[in-house]
Amino acid sequence: MKLVIIDYGAGNTKSVQFALNRLGVAAILTKNIEEIRSADKVIFPGVGHANAAMGKITEAGLEELIPCLKQPVLGVCLGMQLMCKFSEEGNTKGLGIFDLEVKKFGTENKIPQIGWNTIFDLKSELLSDLNENEYMYFVHSYYVPKSEFTIATANYGLNYSAALQKNNFYGCQFHPEKSGDKGELILKNFLNI
Amino acid sequence: MLTKRIIPCLDIKNGRTVKGINFLNLIDAGDPVELAKIYANEGADELVFLDISATEEKRKTLLDLVERVAQQVNIPFTVGGGISSVEDVELLLKSGADKVSINSSAVKNPDLINQLSDKFGSQCVVVAIDAKQIDGKWKVHLVGGKVATEMDLFDWAKEVEQRGAGEILFTSMDNDGTKNGFANEALAQLSNLVNIPIIASGGAGNTQHFIDCFKESNADATLAASVFHFKEIEINQLKNELRKNNISVRI
Repeated sequence: MKLVIIDYGAGNTKSVQFALNRLGVAAILTKNIEEIRSADKVIFPGVGHANAAMGKITEAGLEELIPCLKQPVLGVCLGMQLMCKFSEEGNTKGLGIFDLEVKKFGTENKIPQIGWNTIFDLKSELLSDLNENEYMYFVHSYYVPKSEFTIATANYGLNYSAALQKNNFYGCQFHPEKSGDKGELILKNFLNI
Repeated sequence: MLTKRIIPCLDIKNGRTVKGINFLNLIDAGDPVELAKIYANEGADELVFLDISATEEKRKTLLDLVERVAQQVNIPFTVGGGISSVEDVELLLKSGADKVSINSSAVKNPDLINQLSDKFGSQCVVVAIDAKQIDGKWKVHLVGGKVATEMDLFDWAKEVEQRGAGEILFTSMDNDGTKNGFANEALAQLSNLVNIPIIASGGAGNTQHFIDCFKESNADATLAASVFHFKEIEINQLKNELRKNNISVRI
């Protein structure tokens, strides 16, 4: 299996790669369009500011490629947010895979949310063999509201999307690569899709 | 529900742990990676590695260590100690650190906080503040607490938040090493003042101190070193006690 991690300069690519290595899988880090197109599975990580990250995607010529991919694609954290059509963070236009808007948490919470939170209402093969209310590691200030694409929910002042799915596109707001054994199970599930 | 975090801190010198010698089953008790894996298995929510090496060639050793930790440990970790530039941070993050902690360098050059949060995102910028009370006022101290400043803890905390820090790691020097409990009053004040997570450090001696800290101070996380290294407190037992006291933790 050819597994590619999109390396566009705004992702925690190494952490994701190491987590996959722990599962015994080698992944290629690349932003090369042909390499990405020919992969069996694609992981799209992201940390930092939405606008800066989207700029790097455009610079690498990936903004048209990613939404057209046919193989399973997993967006992680900011990667998932950039799969939406718009983010309030820097009023950023996203990839539009999910027709959703990314919003900022209200100030009744501490921002960013940092730490382990539970995910529930699980409904996807991405989350199979996972118990309800399992803990995952989150670090974010912006969130995707609940929608028809929500396959896992978390609560931080309000219920929001902890994970999304539409056809071959999957997204996790939390970091499966940093969420202990249960996070690694999600990566394993993705590899088995 | 977001849980409260328990964070062991490992002091690193020339790539080796300084404390942590009471783990008998370790092949190499001085290997930070071995210790980190044990803590992760015991239920630690994150780890902090504080580099206290004095030499200049430490950087390479530290980067090697960070990469080995990232390869083998599946929970987040922060690296601190001697970080003073954007380049330092870039190398650490590229080696696999999730967050960096800056302290004296932020006081000397506050703009570094803005630069780091602009470039890498506030989620990876922890500002560590060491302070102690002088004539009833909390004053910021530098260089591992050796150098006093005129800066007020709360003013500085507000400023680092505004400059883009994602978290504050507050060590009370009045409490550190005493094993008499955390500085809950000051922590509560900090927690009310800023809207970013607060990590409490300094003073952990027994389980009750952690319970009191979370109940009285509203801190988001507690950090400790020696009570974990010397196995005076085991993390999974600590978390069971916290849960019995209605404090939300990951078990």
